[in-house]
Amino acid sequence: MSGSKTRWELKHSIVLMRILIGWHFLYEGVIKLYNPDWTSFGYLASAQGPFKPVFLAISQEPFLVWADNLNWMALMFVGITLTLGVFEKWGAGVGIFLLALYYLAHPPFPWLEQVNVEGSYWFVNKNLIELVACLIVLQHPTAQIFGLGNIWNRNKSLNKSEAQ
Amino acid sequence: MKWTRRDVLKGLGGIPILGAVWWAGASNTVSKNRERSAILEQLKIDPSLPSAVKAISGNPIRIGIIGFGIRGEQLCRALGYATEEWKEAMRIAHEEDPKNNQLQDFLDQEKLNVDLVAVCDIFDVRAEQARKLNPYKPLKRFRTHEEMIRSGEVDAVIIATPDHWHAPMAIDALENGVHAYVEKPMTHTIEETYRLREAARKSKALLMVGHQHRQTLSFQTAQDIIEKGILGHVSLIQTNTNRNDDNGAWNYDIHEQANENTIDWEMFLGSAPKIPFNKNHFFRWRKWWAYGSGLSGDLLTHDYDRLNCVLNMGIPNSVMASGGIYTHNDGRNVPDVLQVNMEFSDYSTGSSQVKGKEKGMTFVYSATLGNGFSRPTILMGHDATMELGNRLTIWPESGSTKYAEMIEAEKMNPRVPIYQYDPAASAPDAVSSATSQYFADKGLMWTYIDGKRVDSTFLHLREWLSATRNGGKLSCGIDEGFDEAISAHMAGLSYKLGRRIDWDPVSEQLVPIDGIDFDEVLLRST
Repeated sequence: MSGSKTRWELKHSIVLMRILIGWHFLYEGVIKLYNPDWTSFGYLASAQGPFKPVFLAISQEPFLVWADNLNWMALMFVGITLTLGVFEKWGAGVGIFLLALYYLAHPPFPWLEQVNVEGSYWFVNKNLIELVACLIVLQHPTAQIFGLGNIWNRNKSLNKSEAQ
Repeated sequence: MKWTRRDVLKGLGGIPILGAVWWAGASNTVSKNRERSAILEQLKIDPSLPSAVKAISGNPIRIGIIGFGIRGEQLCRALGYATEEWKEAMRIAHEEDPKNNQLQDFLDQEKLNVDLVAVCDIFDVRAEQARKLNPYKPLKRFRTHEEMIRSGEVDAVIIATPDHWHAPMAIDALENGVHAYVEKPMTHTIEETYRLREAARKSKALLMVGHQHRQTLSFQTAQDIIEKGILGHVSLIQTNTNRNDDNGAWNYDIHEQANENTIDWEMFLGSAPKIPFNKNHFFRWRKWWAYGSGLSGDLLTHDYDRLNCVLNMGIPNSVMASGGIYTHNDGRNVPDVLQVNMEFSDYSTGSSQVKGKEKGMTFVYSATLGNGFSRPTILMGHDATMELGNRLTIWPESGSTKYAEMIEAEKMNPRVPIYQYDPAASAPDAVSSATSQYFADKGLMWTYIDGKRVDSTFLHLREWLSATRNGGKLSCGIDEGFDEAISAHMAGLSYKLGRRIDWDPVSEQLVPIDGIDFDEVLLRST
């Protein structure tokens, strides 16, 4: 790693994307963590599509408390890992799982009524796009370029070279 | 160590981003919560809890139903008795829409210590259906209400007949020591309103008027909001009826087996003008002044009593009404579009301004049977606006005196509600028809206790029945019924006469108009 001039490459764009996704998840998680009145009830109860019965069931006690807690914890986990650049594969995986749930709860299928959506969507919406973005983060780890992974791995490689 | 500053930056650069996002989210949420609790602290609204009702002890109360029509059947269900036909229809409705839980709600309903023992209905088909409500011991059928009341076989009667029979039956029951639950409007004429009040005051038996929404928790919370002066001086109330379907316009089904042999037509007519047998009049009686009272008696009474329950404003000083038959010109003589202005010139909900500046309120009832657009009930105060239904919402007023500082400091925003009460927040519901949606939104069908839907008619009947054994004040007794009946009759009179009707609160009489017999006007066809 020498030379002060680095060209902006694909890997840098992926770092930027990873941080922005982390930022997005983290903020959503923090908002929910600090608001004692927040609940996913409305979101779950108004679910549409093939998995509607599942989401409706989750919206009832005793599952609702679990759904609420797991949701903010998972959001924060994705947020922290992707922002800091540590365990990023795990973070991206959990992110994909969460986004898949959000997509399936309110799928933008033309035969379903679209409730509480701010744009116009036909099968593809922002959740699906962010999901694919997480997939890229999963396949192209960038923690070594920017993130705690940089120190982690450097320490490991330093230890290795000292041992030799 | 080969650490460069660049390496450290690349390794730890995420930490300040994390910190910034965390701080932004936390401080945003915490300050919003703080503002919210500051507002709630200032408002100090106590959401109401259901009032405790003592159990009906001893032998079951023996009840007779007079009039087993649409409403009579609903009242029997609230007592725990449903027809097999209804149960089957609800089972199918649940299959078609799993959110329709009416049958399950009925089965889950608390069992009252009552025995439905008798029916009086002048249509044989309905009387037979009612007899089967108790499969183990069929109800006894009485030909007349007098026979039922004097039989010694009933402790209480429920009167769900056309309006012109309400008072004669209720008076007869009370004079014979039989408890009576009478549907609204309580009476059909001015004169019988006083006679019924006299009978209720003299009798040891209890009279309950069927305004079941008095059990709705949101209205009890609304009372607290008014008492605490949160809205400031309310100068205008806007209530509405918005319906656009046959059922809502009282064009109920005419039964195929209805004829002169299956219906006791003379009994139906009672004091009404003698006319030949007419199925249309029998099933759709709400459309004629001879038996019903149209919008003013059937639907204005709901809205008036909803507000009288919250504000306790009593009878208006004056009423002016106008309208016409504009949407259902089908032979009816009651209006289908009606606007009523009630003046309460001495009434006040309290004031945040200089003494004497604010006093008086207008209650507007605006109705059409030709459009179903949902216009909410709105209470307009100097300091805040409240939307009243099963949910309550309060918005601060931009010109408020009371909240001026909070609005100035942007802690309140006139476009953002400062309070919302939604006891149904955790109960997704399915509502079956346009008319029932109309009633449900107004808080007329059910209320929510611990997030569970409870039929308010059940609660209203339970309160009355419990009081017959345990005593206690009724939430809609003769005084509330008197206010409701007089106010509704004033609206009907004003519409028919095309002039203002005044009330003298001292003598408790309508101010006479030379040459006019008010009851004759109420009963006549135009």
